[in-house]
Parts: sequence; C-alpha cells; structure tokens
Amino acid sequence: MFPFCFEWIWDMSHIVFMGGLWFALIIIGLGMTYCIGRTFYDTYIFKGKDGHN
Amino acid sequence: MDSKIISGELKRCSTWQFALWISAAGAVLLWGVYAMLLCWFKGLNQTNMNDSYGFALWIWADLAIIALGGGAFFTGFLRYIIGKDELKNIVNYAVIIGFICYSSALIILGIDVGQPIRGWFIFWHANVHSMLTEVAFCLTCYLFVLIIEYIPIILENRRIDNIPFFHNLGHNMHSIMAVFAATGVFLSFFHQGSLGGVSGVLFGRPFAYREGVLIWPWTFFLFTWSAAACGPCFTILITKITEKITGKRLVKDNVIELLAKISGWMIGTYIIAKIIDTVYWIKVTLPATGFGLMDFYSNNPFYGIWILVLEIVICGILPALILISEKGRKNRYGLIIAAILAVLGVCINRWVLVLQVMAAPVLTFETWQMYFPSWQEIATTILPLAYGIIIISFSYRYLPVFPQEKELNPWTINGGK
Repeated sequence: MFPFCFEWIWDMSHIVFMGGLWFALIIIGLGMTYCIGRTFYDTYIFKGKDGHN
Repeated sequence: MDSKIISGELKRCSTWQFALWISAAGAVLLWGVYAMLLCWFKGLNQTNMNDSYGFALWIWADLAIIALGGGAFFTGFLRYIIGKDELKNIVNYAVIIGFICYSSALIILGIDVGQPIRGWFIFWHANVHSMLTEVAFCLTCYLFVLIIEYIPIILENRRIDNIPFFHNLGHNMHSIMAVFAATGVFLSFFHQGSLGGVSGVLFGRPFAYREGVLIWPWTFFLFTWSAAACGPCFTILITKITEKITGKRLVKDNVIELLAKISGWMIGTYIIAKIIDTVYWIKVTLPATGFGLMDFYSNNPFYGIWILVLEIVICGILPALILISEKGRKNRYGLIIAAILAVLGVCINRWVLVLQVMAAPVLTFETWQMYFPSWQEIATTILPLAYGIIIISFSYRYLPVFPQEKELNPWTINGGK
C-alpha cells in the first residue's frame, strides 16, 4: 500500500507498518542493485573473472 | 552422467541411485501436490477445519517450521554480526534449511488462504492493526533474504563458477552478506515475535492470553527466543542425519559443539523465562479471568498436564542441561538426543499455542472441541518434508555446501585413494 491509495491514513500504524516494509525492501533492493552493478563493472569493464582482486 | 556438474572433486552416488532416491521423495511430493490441488479446486471443505478450528494443522506446521528455520537467521547473526568465524562451515547448510522452511511455510499459507491468487491483498490492502500482517510482510521479505543468501551457494557450482559474471556476482554478494544477514535478523525478530503475539493478544481466550510490555505480549519475546534457541538444534539434527545418510563426516565436531553450546545456553535462558511466564500466568493472569490451571488440562481425551511437563521439563530443561554441559554435547548420543528434544519442544510449544487454544472451552456452555486433520491436510503438511529432501539432495550433490567435507573425507575425492 502506498500513501496515494484511497485506504491510506496518515497515522502511526500505517507509517510504522508500511515504513518497515519499504525499509526492508529498499535495503534488499539496494543491496542487490549494488551487487549486480558491481558485477557488471568487474566483468565487462574491469574485464576479469577475478575482477574483485 | 552428471559428473561434470557435481560439486568439486567430491564423490557422489551414481546417477541411477540418485534418481531412485529423488523418485521416492518425488512420489510423496506428488501426493502432497494432489492434496493441495484438491484444496485449491474443491475448497477448504477438504479439510477438517470448522468454526472452532479456523487455525489448525497448517498453522501449527507453519509456526513449527518457521521456528525450526530460525537456525538460518541465528547462525547468520552469529557468523556475520557477532563474528563467530567457525560457523562459516555450517552457515551454508543453515541457509538451505532456512530456505526450505520458509518457502514451505509460504506454500502451506498459499493452501491455507484458500485463494492464493489474492495473496497480494495483504500487501496492498494491509490491515495495519493485525500482527499477522506484519508476519506476512516479514515472512515474504525474509524469504527474499534467504533466496539472496542461497544464490551465492548455487553460483559456487563448478560449472556456473567458470562463468566470470556469475563468479563475480557470487563474490560481490558474499562481500555484503552481513547487510543481508542483519536485515534477516531484523525481519526474523519481528515475524517470529508476532507469531507468538497472535496468540498472546487473545484476551478472550485465557489459555493463550499473556500480559506484556506496550503492545507486545510476553509470547512475542518467547517465540523469538525459542526460535533462536531451537533453530540451531534443527540445523545440527539435519546435519547429523545428512552425515548418517551419506556415510561421511561433513562438519567438524568443534563447529557443531560451538553451535550446540550457544543453543544450549539459549534454550536454558529461554526455559527460565518460559517457567516464569507460566508461573505468572497460573498465579496472576488465570485467576483474574476466573479460570484455574486444571481447567485447561482435564475433562478432555488428550490434553493433560503431561503436555506441559513434556514441553518444559523433558523438552526444555533436559536438552538445555545436556547442551550446556561439555560432557553432554561432546557425547554423540547426548548431542542428538538433546537436539531431538529441543526440536520436539518447540513443536509442542507451537502446537499448544495453536491447537490447544482452539480446543479449550471459554464460555460456560462450551465443551472441549477435539480435532483430527483430514488426509488432505496431512498430505499437504508432509509435502514440505519431501520438498526439503529434494532440495537438500540436489544441493548436496551439485553444490559445495560443506567447506570441510574434502578435508574430513580425503579418501572419497575422485581419483584419490
């Protein structure tokens, strides 16, 4: 649920519940974006199987 | 036939043996899938749930396997956050077991809700006053985390690892695994707790109701604690079963003993908290609601005081004492018995707080409501077992799950003596 949905109410329950969900999803999403982005860099720009070394 | 994709140089059983093993587990899985389809296409009338049992075998199975899957978050916490480096030798397996438990829980929930295609409603039309909403959020997010933790293990397969992109991806995921592990701990703390909170807030059912702090009843904290305590025992137990089936040692004793020792102290502290909670419930909470202890342990064909003794003394105090004692956890049989008792204890705890709650009468004109699940419920509850066996079998065969396997079994390396 997002704040623009008709069911949304600006109260503590909605902010804590939905905020917690978005917080977790954002961390997971950013973490995976970093991993995939870094992997593209290591593989296709740095060009090495062990690009991390 | 598949030797080129088998993990490393390690020897595995022949393809036909493996196929036979998977077929046996697959037959049970198909039985469960058939029952699942019956529930989906014919409806929940396939179950023995009724007005008294809105929560039944499936919810118990959910709570139990989520608690047992707690070994993944707690081992990850110890390995990545606390820095117990020895646990790197078992954390892969803990993650796989956790993945099986959590994905199974979601499969069971998918059957239980009756209409899984409306599963997204809980996210879009969330009831923010329900602890189960929070459980659904955290459960789903934590499954994502477990998938993310499982992916690097898959990428270590010898054929996949030869592809530079996947090799680098696996390495980069490993490098920030602490972030995912910390997220997993955060999510697990809340969903394990909220599962306990669901029964603890039932003020209309004195058998389950507990006081607490702010909006959280004591069962919230006891559930999280018990999952962190008993989850590692399940990881140890499955590791020992895997060792028995494969005929190999897979993890060094010092790793198992460390996990067992931590688990023992966790069970010990948990069981003290549980005893205090139970005594307070008997002396203060129950009398205030007009009930006595024996109102919930008599006048019915199954639930006697034995179940309380079994949960707290035999499956709580006893495994804690065995695992805390160095002699106990170093003894092979002592360790396995303690792990079995701890696993049984957490399953009984979940059973009591789901099914005994439903069975116990609340109003003066009510009687005990007994329940026995239909074969469809039993088949769909056994389904995760077959599913788990298949996932573990494939993972063990094709992935380097146990870093110490080669060192512990030098004679089984292909081409070796």
